[in-house]
Amino acid sequence: MTENLKNNSNQVSRRSLLKKIGVLGTTGAAAATGVTLAAQVVEKSGQEFSDSLDSFFQKHYRRMSPEEVQVTIARLQRKAKRKYNKDISIDTAPPLPVTLFGYALNISKCKGYRKCVDACVEENNQGRDTQIQFIRVLEMERGSMNLEESNHYYDPETVPQKGKFYLPVQCMQCENPPCVRACPVKATWKEDDGVVVIDYDWCIGCRYCMTACPYWARHFNWNEPHVPPEELNPVTHYLGNRPRSKGVMEKCMFCVQRTRKGKQPACMEACPTGARIFGNLLDPESEIRYILENKTVFRLKEDLGTEPKFWYFTD
Amino acid sequence: MKATFSFWLDFIREAFRGGKLFYLWMTLLTVVVFLGFAAYIRQFQHGLIVSGMSDQVSWGVYISNFTFLVGVAAAAVMLVIPSYIFRDEMIKEVVLLAEGLAVAACIMCILFVTVDLGRPDRIWHMLPFVGEFNFPQSLLAWDVFVLTGYLFLSLTIPYYILFVRYKGGEPKHNVYFPGVLISIGWAISIHTVTAFLLSSNVARPFWHTAILGPRFLASAFSAGPAFFLLTLKFIRRYTDYPVSEKIFQRIAIIATVALQINLFLLFAEIFTEFYHQTDHTASALYLFFGIGGKTALVPWIWSAITMNVVAVLILSIEPLRNNSRLLSVACVLMVVGVWIEKGMGLIIPGFIPTPLGEVFEYSPTLIEVTVSAGIWAVGLIIYTLLAKAAIAIELGKVRYKKLP
Ligand code: SF4
Ligand code: SF4
Repeated sequence: MTENLKNNSNQVSRRSLLKKIGVLGTTGAAAATGVTLAAQVVEKSGQEFSDSLDSFFQKHYRRMSPEEVQVTIARLQRKAKRKYNKDISIDTAPPLPVTLFGYALNISKCKGYRKCVDACVEENNQGRDTQIQFIRVLEMERGSMNLEESNHYYDPETVPQKGKFYLPVQCMQCENPPCVRACPVKATWKEDDGVVVIDYDWCIGCRYCMTACPYWARHFNWNEPHVPPEELNPVTHYLGNRPRSKGVMEKCMFCVQRTRKGKQPACMEACPTGARIFGNLLDPESEIRYILENKTVFRLKEDLGTEPKFWYFTD
Repeated sequence: MKATFSFWLDFIREAFRGGKLFYLWMTLLTVVVFLGFAAYIRQFQHGLIVSGMSDQVSWGVYISNFTFLVGVAAAAVMLVIPSYIFRDEMIKEVVLLAEGLAVAACIMCILFVTVDLGRPDRIWHMLPFVGEFNFPQSLLAWDVFVLTGYLFLSLTIPYYILFVRYKGGEPKHNVYFPGVLISIGWAISIHTVTAFLLSSNVARPFWHTAILGPRFLASAFSAGPAFFLLTLKFIRRYTDYPVSEKIFQRIAIIATVALQINLFLLFAEIFTEFYHQTDHTASALYLFFGIGGKTALVPWIWSAITMNVVAVLILSIEPLRNNSRLLSVACVLMVVGVWIEKGMGLIIPGFIPTPLGEVFEYSPTLIEVTVSAGIWAVGLIIYTLLAKAAIAIELGKVRYKKLP
């Protein structure tokens, strides 16, 4: 019915239309546009409604079938589109075979520029208002390893300072992670490549994992995180840097969206001094293996038995 | 079936029947509940940002109240232990009321954990089978499990006793006694699990000590009965339920011994921490003396210690303890003292300094305080209603009338 009216009004010239059906025609056309608009609105909000219903019932990532994963990804993309008006990709690449990721950091090279911190925020879509940073660089007194004397809020413009050294800390991807054991709903787990990940859509926000982590590596979205759309990194991974919501936990996941594609993590790429060495611990040819075998390395709080896969070394 | 139906009808009727004072009390509590609810809505909309919590201090008054109330919840059954071991008839009279308190405290515990969640809409993820319950790995999963179990026990045992009384019978000892035995073990478990929830964290040296479990038990045996004793005084004054003087003395002795042990354990801990200070002393240092001019918890902990010491003095000197008024004062001091010591004084310093050595202070916001007050009001409403109905049935005021 409305379709007919629309067609008619297109066929008949405007003038004769006004003459012939006069007010009736215009009302009809207006009504037609109104109805289509309303239908669109209904369809859109209907979609939004069914999306939010589906996200309420969304399963644990590891329990989804491949089809369910696809449906979920499509829905998450729609959600990101609504929030940021931007198309994003959400990768689900599994761990690479025979891979165990590890990191080594040369503290004699690190000068405390915090370039890694900024690159990480850009890469991983942390909320700009929530100001979450996965990496914390501590300014330490030379001659001491006492973290309580470290300065967390030094000014990167003035580094390096005399008598200080710099100690970046981030998630150590522990082999024996207390955070994973703590989680009451298995929202966080260790993948086969040794990376501890979080299903942001399964986390209930109890923050027990945060209490359990000895490296202060976990960060919580105390409010709804916002990223300016132009700054949003659209290349994401489900377990990595996809947009998060309020009330959930997040942390460094060794840039799974990059490293599972053979790329370097963003922090390593950004480091101007080359202090950071990332690699596959199972590959005897890798640089990180060379460092572990030939340099004097140490790990932070090794006595706690969490088996961090993050080493520090000096030249 | 009919009896059950009429039991519930009478139970509810009795619970809500009362004089002017009762309605005043209930109105007051309801207002507080509404205020708390409004504050919670705000928190729900804006996220936990409206709380004083941060990445540095990620648990605050909610979890503090939770740890305290776990103690109160268990206190009920603590009173059952002597009553059965020593064949102590007296305490039996008030055990039903204590169970009512346990129910209220359990519900408050569950509410406090729930309002602390970042995503309360996903709470169903904790359900076994439907969700992913990380049992037996996660201590938090254990805590949820033991708390719901305890709530169930504290509801069923009194229900059985009251229902039988209601029908004019005598509850059968060998029916409810096994239940009581189970709930004794269970009461100890809710404590132990909550203590382990904290002490299992290698990341938090302040909690990572074996003394935490025993300290939890001792403080629960003291603050719980003290709180209960205060409510009994209230009941004796405003209802015609007979509570004998002997019961007060008995509960007071339990609380006294427990508080003495609690203070001793606290002393043992302080000694170990401070005789030779290590990195691990930092939290205790912050708690008792402050670090670098940051002293938010110092007045709290010292007032808690003062309160507990005064309480233990009053309670340990018999003539003072036998003075009813002084006994009430001691109980109030003890409840508040333990509330601070085990809540604010235990949870918050665990986070200060952070594992990376940052000293970042916490103080609760108005929203957190209002939500907490609301939950306390819910608990008091539940306890009032349960106690009223139970008293009416115990006194034989309401009985099942078989229709001809
Ligand atoms: S560093 Fe912390 S968050 Fe990362 S795996 Fe270890 S315990 Fe978990
Ligand atoms: S905050 Fe999330 S990831 Fe952490 S323990 Fe709770 S549910 Fe698990």
